[in-house]
Amino acid sequence: MTSRTDSPTTTSEPPAPGGGVEVRLVDLRRSYGSVHALDGLSLDLEPGELVALLGPSGCGKTTALRALAGLEELDSGTVMVDGKDTTRVSAHRRNMGMVFQAYSLFPNMTARDNVGYGLRLRRTAAAARRRRADELLELVGLGTHATRYPHQLSGGQQQRVALARALAIAPQVLLLDEPLSALDAKVRAQLRDEIRRVQREVGTTTLFVTHDQEEALAMADRVGVMSAGQLQQIAPPAELYERPRTAFVAEFVGLTNRIPGTATDGRAQVLGTAVPLLEGSATSGSVTVLVRPESIEVAPDEQGNGRVIAPTYLGSLGRVQVRLHDDSVVLAQVASHQATELTPGTPVRVTVRPTPVLAIA
Amino acid sequence: MAAVTRTRGSRWVLRWLVLVVVAIYLLLPLLAMVEFSTRGAGGTRSLDAWRGIGEDDDLVGSIVASVELAALTVVGMLVLLVPTMTWVHLRVPAMRRVVEFICLLPLTIPAIVLVVGVAPIYAWVTYLVGDSALTLTFVYVVLVLPYAYRAIDGGLGAIDIVTLSEAARSLGSSWFQVLVRVIIPNIRGALISASVVSIALVLGEFTIASLLNFDTVQVVINLLGKRNAGIAVAVSVAALLFAFVLLVVVAYLEPRRRDAQEDDTTAVPAPQEARS
Amino acid sequence: MTDMLAPAPARTRPTGSATRRGAGRRLTAYLGVLPFLAFVTVFLLWPTYIVVTGAFQDDLGRFTLSNIQAVVSGPAYLDSFLVSIGLSLVTAVLGAVFGALLAWAVAEGRPDGLLRRCVVAASGVLAQFGGVMLAFAFLATFGFNGFVTLLLADTLGIDPLSGGGWIYGFAGLAVVYTYFQIPLMLIVFLPALEGLKPQWREASDSLGGSGWAYWRHVGGPILAPGFAGAALLLFANAFSAYATAAALISQGSPLVPLQIRSALTSEVVLGQANVGKALALGMVIVVAVVMTLYALLQRRTSKWLR
Repeated sequence: MTSRTDSPTTTSEPPAPGGGVEVRLVDLRRSYGSVHALDGLSLDLEPGELVALLGPSGCGKTTALRALAGLEELDSGTVMVDGKDTTRVSAHRRNMGMVFQAYSLFPNMTARDNVGYGLRLRRTAAAARRRRADELLELVGLGTHATRYPHQLSGGQQQRVALARALAIAPQVLLLDEPLSALDAKVRAQLRDEIRRVQREVGTTTLFVTHDQEEALAMADRVGVMSAGQLQQIAPPAELYERPRTAFVAEFVGLTNRIPGTATDGRAQVLGTAVPLLEGSATSGSVTVLVRPESIEVAPDEQGNGRVIAPTYLGSLGRVQVRLHDDSVVLAQVASHQATELTPGTPVRVTVRPTPVLAIA
Repeated sequence: MAAVTRTRGSRWVLRWLVLVVVAIYLLLPLLAMVEFSTRGAGGTRSLDAWRGIGEDDDLVGSIVASVELAALTVVGMLVLLVPTMTWVHLRVPAMRRVVEFICLLPLTIPAIVLVVGVAPIYAWVTYLVGDSALTLTFVYVVLVLPYAYRAIDGGLGAIDIVTLSEAARSLGSSWFQVLVRVIIPNIRGALISASVVSIALVLGEFTIASLLNFDTVQVVINLLGKRNAGIAVAVSVAALLFAFVLLVVVAYLEPRRRDAQEDDTTAVPAPQEARS
Repeated sequence: MTDMLAPAPARTRPTGSATRRGAGRRLTAYLGVLPFLAFVTVFLLWPTYIVVTGAFQDDLGRFTLSNIQAVVSGPAYLDSFLVSIGLSLVTAVLGAVFGALLAWAVAEGRPDGLLRRCVVAASGVLAQFGGVMLAFAFLATFGFNGFVTLLLADTLGIDPLSGGGWIYGFAGLAVVYTYFQIPLMLIVFLPALEGLKPQWREASDSLGGSGWAYWRHVGGPILAPGFAGAALLLFANAFSAYATAAALISQGSPLVPLQIRSALTSEVVLGQANVGKALALGMVIVVAVVMTLYALLQRRTSKWLR
């Protein structure tokens, strides 16, 4: 008999901060009528890792997170936490901390009581409960707000309390369901860094669901892009951005130009330049090449292949839209001084830098 | 998942137990009314009582009077409340609390109390306007104030009427045009529910009509109950059904509370924002 | 002095006239509310004033406490208050409990479902439309020739309800009143129940709480003020009700509204013309106290269930 503490313990001491555990989701399937919310999703989380699931509305990312929490039933598939099959364990025995989109704090309890709720259920002594709750409120920067009620806290503060509440039970896994989407842009960026700091500090394995690519890239160790209930690609942020595996990933994450070209021998001819192809590209014939704006160069040239339509000055950098002679439009990222020089109508030459690109048939 | 299923199961049983028990309590008297009103001589079924509805002149007259009364009350209520509430929203926000307090006041003044105070005033009303049941309109408008106020207030709260009216004014509308062309079309749903609540209240009102001695449908039904219970019960069933249908229709006219759920959230009603 | 001050009025004149115009406009703005105020003054405020002052006047309009005294010391009047309050209390509690259960059962279903729409519409009818017709419904069910009374007599040969006489007593009134209290509770309580956010349940679950823990620590405490408030509203509703009792009971006046009826309709006893107003005032006071408590509880709930 191994004595793992995978269910709520009934010790009188508050649980110690949980180290990271490994999580494996294997071939999860869930459909509502004819819609497949999860269509064979498999995903592994390393101990202590923060993985973001990124995707458009309805791609199944929230269903995946709720399935891990035990709030959603699965048609088939296996959920393994710390090497144990927890597929059939009900939500309140899974010991997972969850932070919801918004409004999840119990309105009838103070911040301290909210944070202490999980410990109260575990019959932790009142004094220890209070100590631990205050400790966690301190951790999220709300040490002085312990006696406030949710309606007396701002949206950002409420989400901090929700994070503290989720962490108070020293969860095996931390689940974040778009915790920032209901907040103002400024608070969002601030809380984003805050969550990452706290997560590093406690080292809890974390699954984070978002539709905001910037959030995902900024916070996660690895980002999984989902579409139609399936994982398109999972990789560290830089790799995901620079070496997208599918057209969906290339276009969902960051900006992309679709430019026609021809592929031969692992290279593509695009706007007169031979560019190396990424793994998974179409390798021969006429292809569409997906090129990032920052891989496109624009230089004034009377004999060029296009004319500037609209420059955009963005402060630290600039973007220029150019209409090519074949009437297609490309977007290029340029230095900000260039954005002011390339006035509409300027004839320019557009070329592609030889960074690896994805080509599709 | 086994545990989940079991608790769902027991909840399901409890839910339907409650629904069935309460449904029996609420439906039994209604079924009894149907049974009672279709009794014939010697244990047979007969529709005589139902046919009798149309043949009783007092009853028909009172139904006509009550329907007219309902229509007048709706008109009076709308004319009194819509311009006033719009005006207060736009120009005298300081009066909002006062108007709200007055409109909700009839909730704390039972009809039986109102009739005590209003009886002396009705001596004057009949002297000035005449001794018609339709004069009840005045006191019925007061009676429906709280319900109509809430409905219209909800409608006005749901649209930004300050911006709307400023936009209309900047395009050259007069105040009256703002009211008729901009405000009213935008709170049509609220006006419909305010009207329906008023109609139901007027058609069901007994206390004031009976104690001021006007023959509305409820007063006549009550008298009829002592003379020919069959007809009285038959009219009651018809009236209850009529009110029910009216309210179901209104429920379908109201805008849907939540949009069709997204595939990701089918199990749980979406909160404020759509999930992924 | 004059010289020094001279420029000042010149400078302030535009502001001054603007203020005056502003005041004028504000006055016109208030005039817009005048028709409404005039109407409610005549048909709501004045009648209320008549009741309140009449309670303290004798037949000739002089100040007196004898009406109040008559109500407080006359056993029939005092009893009617006790019976009215008792009936309201019993039916408010029964209505609140069963109405809340019904609201829960309805809220579990789809928010757009047919069941929900039908139950809500039927509740609207039964709670606010019934009156006289509900009295007939119960006479047709449990009266001397009522459906259930006959059914029991015919099929079982028994008459446990002693021929239907009970329907005219306290028990009968309680059953009929509860009949319209349950639907009213549903209408009032359903929004509060639907204000419970699914995230609260899920948060409680994920923190290790069972269904019981959720209701005990979260759902129950959140709903408690709303439930109590709704029960108070039910109390006021039963206390104010007249039509059902009037249709059911034509002899004797066990309830305050029926006492008022006889005060209004029977021959006026000398010196007692305004006792009806004193009774009415008593009703207003009871209802006003209850409704104030209701409003306070509502405010608490709305803060939580924003």
